Amino acid sequence: MNLGHLSDLYRQLILDHAQHPHHRGQLATANQTVNLNNPTCGDVIELSVELKNDRVADIAFNGDGCSISQASASMMTDLVKGQPIAQVRAEIATFLEMLMNDPEVEGADELGDAAILATVVKFPARIKCATLAWKALEQALGEAQQHE
Amino acid sequence: MVKDIATARNDFPILSQQINGQPLTYLDNAATTQKPRSVIDALTHYYEFDNANIHRGVYTLAERATEQYEQVRQQVADFIHADRDEIVFTRGTTTSLNWIALGFGAQVLQPGDDIIITVMEHHSNLVPWQQVALQTGANLRYVELTADGELDLAQYRQLLSKKTKIVAFTHVSNVLGTINPVQLMTQLAHEVGAYVVVDGAQAVGHFPVDMTSLDCDFYAFSGHKVYGPTGVGVLYGKREWLKKMNPVEFGGEMINLVQREITDFKAAPEKFEAGTMPIAQVIGLGAALTYIQKIGWSTIETQERRVTAAAYQLLKEIPGVEIYGPEMGPHRSALVTFNLKGVHPHDLATVLDTQGVAVRAGHHCAQPLMQTLGVSATTRASFGLYNQLSDVKRLAAAVRAAKEFFQV
Repeated sequence: MNLGHLSDLYRQLILDHAQHPHHRGQLATANQTVNLNNPTCGDVIELSVELKNDRVADIAFNGDGCSISQASASMMTDLVKGQPIAQVRAEIATFLEMLMNDPEVEGADELGDAAILATVVKFPARIKCATLAWKALEQALGEAQQHE
Repeated sequence: MVKDIATARNDFPILSQQINGQPLTYLDNAATTQKPRSVIDALTHYYEFDNANIHRGVYTLAERATEQYEQVRQQVADFIHADRDEIVFTRGTTTSLNWIALGFGAQVLQPGDDIIITVMEHHSNLVPWQQVALQTGANLRYVELTADGELDLAQYRQLLSKKTKIVAFTHVSNVLGTINPVQLMTQLAHEVGAYVVVDGAQAVGHFPVDMTSLDCDFYAFSGHKVYGPTGVGVLYGKREWLKKMNPVEFGGEMINLVQREITDFKAAPEKFEAGTMPIAQVIGLGAALTYIQKIGWSTIETQERRVTAAAYQLLKEIPGVEIYGPEMGPHRSALVTFNLKGVHPHDLATVLDTQGVAVRAGHHCAQPLMQTLGVSATTRASFGLYNQLSDVKRLAAAVRAAKEFFQV
């Protein structure tokens, strides 16, 4: 059975993150938490973020989902931990643009491991899996702003 | 028209295509079925020759459209052994169930009354009752499952009381495939004076359904799950209850006389059919029921049982596969829901898609059931009359390939 096409989606790096996700859990120090689900499929993410001195000081996630959604959350937490909030906002925008419009968007190479998720564009049914964590983070930062 | 079930597949133009370089293996029939050529032709013919608004025009074309539309009402009545004035056309099962809940349930329920539903309900037979319970102050009670994925009838008997006003449940579970004992459950509900509402979306089209023997008070199903068009459904109600039930939508054609302050409604079924109905779709539904009857129930049932049994067996043989719902037998309808250990259903469905195998992965609009099963999602293969053993073999081979790919 020829599954060659599938390796485009499930690169080894994605499988590694999915099987051994980074920053899984809950933060005792969190000052923002967001629960987001994908109502079409039931994937759930619970993101906890500690924002301090205009930075994402710490971040962790829990939840249940497919390998794409788990890998994406793991890669995202690797990328944004310790970064200034303004930079994280720009990266979220770049990532969403990459998945939803332009897989070769400018700045994609600055997304760390998450840049590899551009391959998901070839599997339109799976784009929402890849964007769930990023949308949760976008919401967490948005809510933090409202409270400022 | 088909004589032999082996060639039924050829009646469905969509099935002759390739998906991702593979023959289309369509196993999502519980979501929607494909349409035979005769249904597609009926829709085209209607728009090319007979299109006019029904019940309004005095001209020949309008007469012709009206006659065809009303003939299908009689055909549906005959198909489920009811009378024509007990058949209301709707947009689909969801609309039918909402209208029953809002137009009838809300009228008969008092604060403190019980509505009994089951944990295996699709959201469309759960959320409307939840809402009506909130509106009326009634309590929602759930029939739970036994270990083998059937309804716990002993617990159901305990739930029934003088307070029970409505019992609503699915004929066939869209996740577990369980065929529920409608006749028995209806009889028990009637003994305490409750009304019985049955969601038939997963039953009609797979085996004969007879309102006179089931004796339920309301029954709902969709056109698009019985090889007919989307956008049309059926609401059956016993004559006396349809008389009592309020319309939920108001507008043209459902009225006898409108005055400035009050309106006199038509009798059922017309009082429920406000506005321009899905005329072409109703006529297409008629063509679909004709197609089913030409193939015949015994042929359909035999083929679907054969295919389901093969799927059950081939999947069960794969290490790491867990199947949900009853054992293969008389209580299982034409679907198999399963999980492959270590592989999320979405990932599995993506692998199957690369092999041309279309299945459903997710919560199947049954979140409370998923919670009861202790899973967030499952994969479902569901069958129609055109599925063959070769489809099932492709499914099993693709699941094995996924297992190898993800090394689980």
